[in-house]
Amino acid sequence: MAAVATDTGLNARHLACMRNDRNLFEQLSFRLGCGQALILEGRNGSGKTSLLRILCGMRQPDDGRLHWDGEDIFRLGPEYHAQIAYVGHRDGVKQDLSAGENLRLARGLGAPNPAFSIEAALDRVELWEHEDVLARNLSAGQQRRLALARLLVTRAKLWILDEPFTSLDSHGIDIVESLFANHLAGGGMLAVTSHHPVSLNDADIIRINLST
Amino acid sequence: MSTASLNRAFALLLWRDLLLAFRRRTELLNPLLFFVLVTTLFPLGIGADPALLRAVAPGIIWVAALLAAMLSLDSVFRSDFEDGSLEQFLISAQPLSVLVLAKVIAHWLITGLPLLIVAPLLGLLLHMSGASIAALLLTLLLGTPVLSLIGAIGVALTVGLRRGGVILSLLVLPLYIPVLIFAADAVATSGAGLPITAHLSLLAALLVLSVSLSPLATAAALKISLS
Amino acid sequence: MLRFFHQLGSPKHFYRIAGSWIPWLAAACAVLMLYGLYQGMVVAPTDYQQGDSYRIMFIHVPSAWMSLFIYVVMAAAGAIGLIWHMKLAEVIAISSAPIGASFTFLALITGSIWGKPMWGTWWVWDARLTSELILLFLYLGVMALYGAIDDKRTAARATAILAIVGVVNIPIIHYSVEWWNTLHQGPTVTKFGAPSIDIRMLIPLLVMAVAFKLFYVLVVLMRARLEVLERERNARWVRELVEAS
Repeated sequence: MAAVATDTGLNARHLACMRNDRNLFEQLSFRLGCGQALILEGRNGSGKTSLLRILCGMRQPDDGRLHWDGEDIFRLGPEYHAQIAYVGHRDGVKQDLSAGENLRLARGLGAPNPAFSIEAALDRVELWEHEDVLARNLSAGQQRRLALARLLVTRAKLWILDEPFTSLDSHGIDIVESLFANHLAGGGMLAVTSHHPVSLNDADIIRINLST
Repeated sequence: MSTASLNRAFALLLWRDLLLAFRRRTELLNPLLFFVLVTTLFPLGIGADPALLRAVAPGIIWVAALLAAMLSLDSVFRSDFEDGSLEQFLISAQPLSVLVLAKVIAHWLITGLPLLIVAPLLGLLLHMSGASIAALLLTLLLGTPVLSLIGAIGVALTVGLRRGGVILSLLVLPLYIPVLIFAADAVATSGAGLPITAHLSLLAALLVLSVSLSPLATAAALKISLS
Repeated sequence: MLRFFHQLGSPKHFYRIAGSWIPWLAAACAVLMLYGLYQGMVVAPTDYQQGDSYRIMFIHVPSAWMSLFIYVVMAAAGAIGLIWHMKLAEVIAISSAPIGASFTFLALITGSIWGKPMWGTWWVWDARLTSELILLFLYLGVMALYGAIDDKRTAARATAILAIVGVVNIPIIHYSVEWWNTLHQGPTVTKFGAPSIDIRMLIPLLVMAVAFKLFYVLVVLMRARLEVLERERNARWVRELVEAS
């Protein structure tokens, strides 16, 4: 793939991660630049989720460095967090808040994205009629789409997603894949694990298999 | 991040936690009932002699408040941990300690402040004088936020544990001792008709200290628990 | 010198260097402790008020000093581990907790035994004994938290936070207990010895204090070596060590 010329984006060098003194992975290096997608593959327990949590800065790697635009992400702290959005296994949707309230909160905690209002974001994931519905009354697939709508309301450049297609139907998957394509086309970055094949047409994709 | 966005995030989170508590308002009563129940157990256990009750009332009410505060602690971070909201706070663009402070303040408004409403009633049940009840309210006002702030550190350390409850009490109760001593003694002193400015100043000092230090420790503990 | 510290930071070198220190520490500790006990039990004069019962002081007072000292060491080592990600500091901190708890327990037991002839009862809510009891609770909390978290590195970091919070609180707890004690007990508890201690009592006391410190260093190094072995059990140097023996 084309090398990223300058030191922009995410640069991982010699990352290692251990769990219960078993090496999940070591000496893992990659660069993720504008418009690129990182797709993580590997068996269950191969460390995909751990790697994503390291990329989020929630977990310290046991070895190696992680730089964003040339700066250590743990030194950047909240400044780095303003650049990322994460949807994990626990999708962070508050059951007792409405869809709109959930998004308003996500927007307030990050750097608001002027391109998407709350309504526009809900519209984009086809939840426009559900703004005032409590999240607990949405179906599993709708809740997932709500969680993914969070990606739109902040100005995050790097989306970090752990199994984003869980409980989505084929139409839901189409919606989310078009979100990804738009994000990459606009110079965004993506780091994703998925059992479901991610079709990103002609996007610049880096594949890493943690099982090998 | 600018101060404006920091203030907005703080207010937003405070509003969110109060709203969530309001939507589950039946649960609000539980710590309060516990507080009343524990206090009424004492006369049944030690006898109903008014002089005896008046003498031990400050200690009883404050120990009951301590236990009620501790039992309600679990709700500070538990549900946010389970649904993944806590992870979102961790990687939000705002400093975690500020968000923690907003959550602890909301928690105190929900579980600490209501104790003040029933405390006078308990004071009457235990034959406390008017001056003592006034002192009790003042000490609760200054002391219960300290309990929430210190307790938050303990919850943050145990939030990932399946059975964190017992350990939490082991971690938190020894740290509550200074509050208990100053507060209960203030109530007893005022019952004897003596001034309690020194006690109140000490409690206020504890409050200032814990407001400034505890969010930092809680944020650090959350980062470790979630790693 | 810098190289020495750098080497000490690596588990393998720590294991080797600490291993070479242990016999010397053990010898020095044994000599000092025997000398101190002999001085304290035989040479020091009988107290004109308490008779011979005061001699438990030579165990009680150094234990009480150690209990606080070790807590501070534990918090400091924990802080170093948190800030500079130094694994060895984490190991030292976590190895210190049971030793500190043991000294605290010893101070409580000896204090209680000393109290029997002095106060006529096994337990008095004396300010120092009460503070010691709370300190024991703090130690037990640290140990309980360490035991409850499965991942040992996370556990070490979490207990470090708790130890630091505890160390900030200890002066406050101590002060509040003093305050509580003066109000509820009155000045009935007489304090023996402190202002005009006989030099023949002071020397064994100080000797015992040094011996206890050496004992702590000795045991913490032994525990830390074990902990290092367990943590590094998949490292090559540990495998080689096991195969060689």
